[in-house]
Amino acid sequence: MKDIKTLTFAFMDPPFENERTVTFFRILDAALDRGAHVRVFAYEGAAALAFSQQQAHGNSIHGRDAKHESHPLTKDWIAALQEKAHEKSLQFDWVNCGLCADERGVNDSIKGCRRGSPADLWRYASESFNTLIIGTR
Amino acid sequence: MKVLQVVEQAFRTLVEEQDDTILWLTQSMHGAGAELRVLLAGHCAYYAVQKQRQPGLSLGNWQQSEPADLIRDLDSMLQKGIPIYVIKEELEERGLADLAIHPGVSVIRRADLIDLYEQVDQIWQW
Repeated sequence: MKDIKTLTFAFMDPPFENERTVTFFRILDAALDRGAHVRVFAYEGAAALAFSQQQAHGNSIHGRDAKHESHPLTKDWIAALQEKAHEKSLQFDWVNCGLCADERGVNDSIKGCRRGSPADLWRYASESFNTLIIGTR
Repeated sequence: MKVLQVVEQAFRTLVEEQDDTILWLTQSMHGAGAELRVLLAGHCAYYAVQKQRQPGLSLGNWQQSEPADLIRDLDSMLQKGIPIYVIKEELEERGLADLAIHPGVSVIRRADLIDLYEQVDQIWQW
């Protein structure tokens, strides 16, 4: 039977601020490609990544309305990774630091992303093959 | 599992969060059973010699009443049995080597980092 490893990630950056966020999501995608279960602890600004009220907008400079601009939203990236994991029979767990979500007003997360605490990070890490910390700068 | 928390982003969101968020996270996870050690790296070396609480921010009529208190947080971690380390060379590079170190914080040489890293299962670089 194939040994499926679980990887935990802690991330701190918010959406739309720097390239670490994109790199982080590409690493998650690659982890699923390699057949790993993925667990994410979203700390501080990262608690907004799964905020369900993110809205795509048009862009007059690009000459495109909202539909054609198809603006990237991190909540959609998370949903896409959830779907990918499901298709591959892998786990993709996402927990937001609850206090971090409170202070930013971003508690309304998409389905499959839940509220938690640093205890979840410790539990995730303790149960995982390895943990990658990506702090903000 | 033993984890070394390497804290190197000094003063990050200290005003808004009223603490260093990684020192806060460390204490919170300790409460959940985590076995942690803390290395004050880079500019965070200053935490080990800081003598005053942060001043409260004042904006218009808004006055911060509970600014960050790193001295309290270091004391709290030490009382909980969380070892705290700072690197001698990093104090020297910042002109802080002659200042009194916070009681209980261990000063190690950069060469001792290898031993410190080998004492833990994972190193989390924040």
